[in-house]
Amino acid sequence: MTTATANKVKAPKKGFKIDRQMIPTLAAVVIFILMIIMGQAMFGTYLRLGFVSSLFIDHAYLIILAVAMTLPILTGGIDLSVGAIVAITAVVGLKLANAGVPSVLVMIIMLLIGAVFGLLAGTLIEEFNMQPFIATLSTMFLARGLASIISTDSLTFPDGNNFNIISAEIKIIDRPKISHDLTINVGVIIALLVVVFGYILLHHTRTGRTIYAIGGSRSSAELMGLPVKRTQYIIYLTSATLAALASIVYTANIGSAKNTVGVGWELDAVASVVIGGTIITGGFGYVLGSVLGALVRSILDPLTTDLGVPAEWTTIVIGLMILVFVVLQRAVMAVGEKK
Amino acid sequence: MAEKAKEEGNALVKKLLSNNLTWSVLAFILLVIVCTIFQHDFLALSWNDNTGGLAGPLITMLQESARYLMIATGMTLVISTAGIDLSVGSVMAVAGAAAMQTLSHGTNVWVSILIALAVGLAIGCINGALVSLLGLQPFITTLIMMLAGRGMAKVITSGQNTDASAVAGNEPLKWLANGFILGIPANFVIALVIVILVGLLCRKTAMGMMIEAVGINQEASRMTGIKPRKILFLVYAISGFLAAIAGLFATASVMRVDVVKTGQDLEMYAILAVVIGGTSLLGGKFSLAGSAVGAVIIAMIRKTIITLGINAEATPAFFAIVVIVICVMQAPKIHNLGAEMKRKRALKAQAKAVAA
Repeated sequence: MTTATANKVKAPKKGFKIDRQMIPTLAAVVIFILMIIMGQAMFGTYLRLGFVSSLFIDHAYLIILAVAMTLPILTGGIDLSVGAIVAITAVVGLKLANAGVPSVLVMIIMLLIGAVFGLLAGTLIEEFNMQPFIATLSTMFLARGLASIISTDSLTFPDGNNFNIISAEIKIIDRPKISHDLTINVGVIIALLVVVFGYILLHHTRTGRTIYAIGGSRSSAELMGLPVKRTQYIIYLTSATLAALASIVYTANIGSAKNTVGVGWELDAVASVVIGGTIITGGFGYVLGSVLGALVRSILDPLTTDLGVPAEWTTIVIGLMILVFVVLQRAVMAVGEKK
Repeated sequence: MAEKAKEEGNALVKKLLSNNLTWSVLAFILLVIVCTIFQHDFLALSWNDNTGGLAGPLITMLQESARYLMIATGMTLVISTAGIDLSVGSVMAVAGAAAMQTLSHGTNVWVSILIALAVGLAIGCINGALVSLLGLQPFITTLIMMLAGRGMAKVITSGQNTDASAVAGNEPLKWLANGFILGIPANFVIALVIVILVGLLCRKTAMGMMIEAVGINQEASRMTGIKPRKILFLVYAISGFLAAIAGLFATASVMRVDVVKTGQDLEMYAILAVVIGGTSLLGGKFSLAGSAVGAVIIAMIRKTIITLGINAEATPAFFAIVVIVICVMQAPKIHNLGAEMKRKRALKAQAKAVAA
């Protein structure tokens, strides 16, 4: 009886609070649906299964990066090195694959390189009190520079390597017209697994709870005796390793890479996370929101092309879009503070 | 008597050693020595009658350092309010694009310069308004501007790399980047004058103290009667304006804007110059002189990379290592290490004294 009343009293209050915080995420849902409807109404291709398939296949890497970026942003930090880690792992991976190293070994080495950069960022942040922003900016430049030292050529995978397994298309719904087929590849499956991993990590483990606690207030988290330092290491290690995974998925899909691959991807990932409703100062957000943000970001490219927006304008549109969402978050927070 | 003199000397040495500027100057001299070893005539200066100024590797270095001086000065003010301005590189591109595009469409060169400066100031004001009025995070605000600014530069030139070198009457702009005043590069002199003006504005009036107060605690500064919103707005506006000047320097030296490469990665260099100069990234304390030396060191590092024949592609990695080393040196842990060792030594001495 008492518990029931307690629940009754608590429930609406809790519901209201989440509603307010969720406004940016809900706005992203609305915008995503509007974009699809607009695309469908104007060009009639946006609801085709073929379009959906290519959206996921071409942007599997962005979904992985968005999940990776969610972790540091939830703590109020940031990982600017993801794009550069994609570049260095791609260049090293392709070099090794061309040298005849077995694909499985290549992938493991790529993941390890990512992990090393994550560990470096974590050490700089935790042991030497660098701000996450500066620490990952320097690992970003380090990774980008090393990638350029290793090779500035456009590298292509040799024939008959096992990276093809990741990019091999699996037809789920086979129809006479290719544009109506629903196809996925292993890269998409990996991306979905990463999303599930991120969801479980953040919402069903102690580490996840600590991440939210750090975002709320680091000193409070420390005073509560939570393993803040260890968690910070885990965060930057995970985000960098996931960036390496994104690199594997991307290079397997494209089949080639250069040292300039991934320039500006960290901004795309930040944009996805912010559009998805994660608050940039940390403490609140969801992995699923970031996935939604990544989809909004992905659909922006075909939509602007179809609408005939000049390529120069795309970055302005994306910039304005992030701005709108950040302002929206700020407004929601300001309303909350007043109440 | 002699002891006293020695003590005084020690105090002076200690003061010098603890000063960040000393280390920066030492680093600069070290770089010059390294360059001289590799290229024996590195320090050689000659008079070039054609340009009416000095010529030599050091002079080209000074010429390049002018743009870093500008963005580092703006960045110093922004960082000391506990903010950051990531848009400086993009603002350079926008301002450069505006100048080149208007110039190639037959606008008077002075009007072009004014337009470029106005564009930079406008972007700075937008940054300032978003940060101060809406209370957005400086980091994300200027990140958006960095993204959008690149786009704006491309929109202005419709994606082209506008070249205005053939336009008649572009001499004033050319002089701005390649000219000489009393044999010293004009852009370096102008940059230095601007840095000194900003320095006077900050240190001879209460401006500097207000900026630092906002950086330490915005709410507390408001309670002491400072208007933090105005100060925040002002520093971002100044940063945008100075970045526009840097953009003019960068584009005018070749009279061509490269919408992708002009100002690329320069926000990193500016932050680095500020960090080398001893300004805390947490805000609340700044040294314009330190940042100015930092900016010259940045130019010197770039010159060193070229002189040593290191692959240009490796530049980012080189800079990353410099940042990491500097930040690690500034870390409290390393500082405490020295204090800890001193404490242990003192304890040992004490133990010895007791034993004796």
